[in-house]
Amino acid sequence: MISDVDIPVAVAVLVAACVLFGAFLTMVGCLGLARLRSFYLRIHAPTLGTSFGVLFILAGSVLFFTVSGGRIAVHEVLIMVFVSMTTPVTLMLLARAALYRDRAARSEELPLWARNPSQAGAAVVDVVSAASETESRS
Amino acid sequence: MSATILTWSLVGAQAMIGIAILATVYRLVKGPRAQDRVLALDAFYVCGMLMLLTFGIRTAASFYFEAALAIALLGFVSTVALAKFLMRGEVIE
Repeated sequence: MISDVDIPVAVAVLVAACVLFGAFLTMVGCLGLARLRSFYLRIHAPTLGTSFGVLFILAGSVLFFTVSGGRIAVHEVLIMVFVSMTTPVTLMLLARAALYRDRAARSEELPLWARNPSQAGAAVVDVVSAASETESRS
Repeated sequence: MSATILTWSLVGAQAMIGIAILATVYRLVKGPRAQDRVLALDAFYVCGMLMLLTFGIRTAASFYFEAALAIALLGFVSTVALAKFLMRGEVIE
């Protein structure tokens, strides 16, 4: 248990501040996920937790295990690297899938710039070509 | 003294992460569309991972770290597979 571990008070305060701030950022991000109006706004909110929320909690964990173990503990960096590399990939895929589905359903949630294919940017043209590819395949 | 500070701050952090998990569960249940649920599941995975990390600090045991790493890996794979399913209607083509 934590009461068996003897660490200086200054380090304990630093670890506590890091963990509390990281948890606070995660909470704010997930409340944004629950409260924001459309999917394209909501997709931004939880990234607050996956970037700086994870960073601060892992920093607290690294600090705690380094001081309590008496050796440098850096294995938490692995999680940070992994999360920060995979989150943009998954959210890009999810946003493009949502864009494709909303275009197919002519949803009101669709952002204005994505409604008219002739005025759309390269990303939308890409989605449209992917969609037509799927249609021709099926 | 330091144990008291850490215990109470970790309880507070776990309460905040618990509120975050409740918010993602609300979005997971309410929807309204499939992509909202997938996004909520992704956020839920991250919150669960952070909850395990705070448990790891609280018990001063390092085996929670492996569980957190496994959750991070599985969360990535599942979200990519679900996004691919939403886009194409099948996962492996």
